[in-house]
Amino acid sequence: MMSRPKDNTITMDTFTEGLWKDNPVFVMLLGMCPVLAVTNSAINALAMGLATLFVLLASSIMVSLLSKHIPKQVRIATYIVIIATFVTIVDYVIQAISLDLYNALGAFIQLIVANCMILGRAEAYASKHRPLKSIVNGLGMGIGFTLALLSLGVVREILGAGSLFGIQLFSDNFQPWVVMVLPAGGFLVLGAWLLLFDWIKERQALIEANGGQTHAG
Amino acid sequence: MSEDVIETIDKKATEQLPEQPQTPSSHMITVLTGIAMLSGFLVVLTAQITAPMIAENQRIAIEKAIQQVVPGTVSNRKYRLFEGQLLDIEKGSKDPVIYAGYNANNELLGIAAEGGAQGYAGMVNILYGYDPKCECIKGFKVLKMAETPGLGDKIITDDNFQANFPVQAKIDMDTGKLANPIITVKHGSKKNDWEIDAITGATITSRAVGRALNDSAKKLLPELVPLIHRLKTKQAE
Repeated sequence: MMSRPKDNTITMDTFTEGLWKDNPVFVMLLGMCPVLAVTNSAINALAMGLATLFVLLASSIMVSLLSKHIPKQVRIATYIVIIATFVTIVDYVIQAISLDLYNALGAFIQLIVANCMILGRAEAYASKHRPLKSIVNGLGMGIGFTLALLSLGVVREILGAGSLFGIQLFSDNFQPWVVMVLPAGGFLVLGAWLLLFDWIKERQALIEANGGQTHAG
Repeated sequence: MSEDVIETIDKKATEQLPEQPQTPSSHMITVLTGIAMLSGFLVVLTAQITAPMIAENQRIAIEKAIQQVVPGTVSNRKYRLFEGQLLDIEKGSKDPVIYAGYNANNELLGIAAEGGAQGYAGMVNILYGYDPKCECIKGFKVLKMAETPGLGDKIITDDNFQANFPVQAKIDMDTGKLANPIITVKHGSKKNDWEIDAITGATITSRAVGRALNDSAKKLLPELVPLIHRLKTKQAE
């Protein structure tokens, strides 16, 4: 595109943006469908996160490489075709790795196509930046998404099944908190995490504001 | 005054319009076609590479399931049941499929077959093992279900539920039907060996298992039992 910004320097922020400041799950609240649906165990969350990371990374590279040649009018269609291609590839690869995992993730692998985080990255970032910068940013976003999914999956598996990555943590006396692995548990845990992150952010902002006042005074 | 402003805005708008380069349709078509071809190439390439691995995974999954419901199975042979005959598997046919499980000496150990019934959250699909010697169902394995974790999935983990097996599945020689239908009864009220003791808190899923077994067995076994002698030793494929 003609309006390509000149700034193509890669800073630490390019990478960490997706981890903390603009975390796709906890800050932007994107891709909620897989976040709530497949985080009932840590392994599912990890697999979903990695699958999304791969699609995000591969489509970011493709889009940033091709963006100069893609006419504006057909860009969305092109991005969707590119994303769908990589989703289909992931779909086959997961089947080849483990059928159990494939069955556990169900339709949510195919639904990565509709993950607004990926199309958003293609439209808002990859099409306007050089491939290397898009890779770094996509990697940060993907890892941020994976970590967010994991933080839900770990909590839900420990509370709801008493295990972590399938390894039993407690003795038989532990009564699993079944609601946590049910859909409702997804909302509860997500809400709790959002509460925690907002609280931390607010505290940081408060400290900064106070710090500014002391400087002024 | 205000008219002037509007006029200048109008002028600006009309001046800016021709600046935007018009993309010819041919260019759009070329780009979309190119992307679609590239995408098709990548997808076909991946499908070709992964196809043997996926087929192998599916074979292992079926083999493991058969080993679980017909213990001791070393090899198996797939058949489809069609009008009282055992035929080789044909692609696309909808006839019921059975797996004959054999030990190392190629002697028949049991038959595995699939069944399914509506559970609490969708279909409960199972594979069960029929032992012709005891005329009973030795056990089952869940192939696919979406039952509530911690409640419905107890049919897999609950020892008391698994202790229901073997479940009697005798064929009445006079009528050619199951002598006693397999039914799921309320927890603690099992009296006969064709009954299945339900799990408290997972009654609907327990019933689905019973129904899946009964529906499949009452259709399959009357046809299959007269043919068992032909399966006694493993036939070459």
